[in-house]
Amino acid sequence: MERRCPYAPPAEYDRIRAENPVTQVELPTGKRAWVLTRHEDVRAMLADPRFSSDRANPRFPTLVDNTPMRAAFKPSLISMDPPEHGPARRAVVGEFTVRRMEALRPRIQEIVDQAIDDLLAAGEPADLVTHLSLPVPSLVICELLGVPYADHEFFQLHSGRLLSRDTSPEDRRHSVDQLTSYLDKLIVEKEAAPTDDLLGRQILKQREEDNVDHEALVSLAFLLLIAGHETTANMISLGVVALIEHPEQLALLREDPGVTLSAVEELLRYFTIAEVATTRLAVEDVEIGGVRIKAGEGVIGLSNAANHDPAVYERPDELDIARGARNHVAFGFGAHQCLGQNLARMELQIVFDTLFRRVPSLRIAKPVDELDYKRNATVYGLHSLPVTWS
Amino acid sequence: MRVITDVDRCVGAGQCVLTEPSVFDQREEDGTVLLLTDEVRGETAERVREATHLCPAQALSTSD
Ligand code: SF4
Repeated sequence: MERRCPYAPPAEYDRIRAENPVTQVELPTGKRAWVLTRHEDVRAMLADPRFSSDRANPRFPTLVDNTPMRAAFKPSLISMDPPEHGPARRAVVGEFTVRRMEALRPRIQEIVDQAIDDLLAAGEPADLVTHLSLPVPSLVICELLGVPYADHEFFQLHSGRLLSRDTSPEDRRHSVDQLTSYLDKLIVEKEAAPTDDLLGRQILKQREEDNVDHEALVSLAFLLLIAGHETTANMISLGVVALIEHPEQLALLREDPGVTLSAVEELLRYFTIAEVATTRLAVEDVEIGGVRIKAGEGVIGLSNAANHDPAVYERPDELDIARGARNHVAFGFGAHQCLGQNLARMELQIVFDTLFRRVPSLRIAKPVDELDYKRNATVYGLHSLPVTWS
Repeated sequence: MRVITDVDRCVGAGQCVLTEPSVFDQREEDGTVLLLTDEVRGETAERVREATHLCPAQALSTSD
């Protein structure tokens, strides 16, 4: 379903939520799945262990044919169920605690400042995606994982292809192979000489626990790289557009940098760029929102519809940066809630604060409805964003 | 009000720490929740209730 305008979720969502909040749809793959549109139902489903995340299950209601991914991988965190999921997540989540992220703040600030220097040096009009949205999360995740930044273009290319719904199964397979063999080699090098970064520390940890698993590390690195590249980049671009388009909101943010925290939450809610990451498979019969979902049936918790549920958010389609609601499901909910959420929050805060402080005259160089939106991608966003200043 | 945590359920999302850092922290090794105090009152208790609601893993609860 297409977005009604670059911002709002498709109008069908409101209609479905009002008329038939738990309903069945046919997916592009021909499979049928339930769609949940109420905030309450989506949260209940995501927190319920009777719904599985096992994307390798042939009955899993995927939107694209994911066979190449399945063939190439050991299940990564996002595909695991208990009892495997808990320990695997705990092995890495210590790297993403609120305190750890705080410690990264000065380095992220440097990265953002450098990117803005580059943007300004590029001259008007410059593409914000190339100079800011992509390099910031890319540099941060490469540094965190210990992946040489020199290779970031390679990652951006392949992760973009993987997340586009227009990519053919052969191209998808090719991108998976390229990324996997690169990471495989990188981890072999780190195993020979563990470095002081996330991957290096994971290697040492595995040895300590006598639980060495090369494949698991490759798939973890794969997951974090993909997740770390595209999502934050898209939120940066969309957030900049939304703030410039709502000058009264931007003025609020400028007056009081303390508002940025809540502005970031509101932008996350408002756009909900990964709206179907919350897809699951029922492994037992479960009743949700008064409807009986049977074992073996797929369910899509439509997080974008949930985040615009008028039962929870007043005037849900309005951007209100003072709202600061943290109960949105833009990062999912339940055991799989986004591992990198606090990193993403911090990157977004620093970017918005710094960008509008340093470049107060920032404008978009094109009418907003003519921008190049990712209309057919798993993660919504912008391919490019021409901006001017002065 | 007493704060109760179920570390086995915790998935280390840190929502609790963001909401009330004077009550919650995360373990360095595995990111799981760590209580700095288990008796709270007033506004802090309010925020602990909010954290209970936000916790994605239903690992937090309270009792009077
Ligand atoms: S919010 Fe819940 S899951 Fe996250 S760290 Fe706190 S207790 Fe654990």
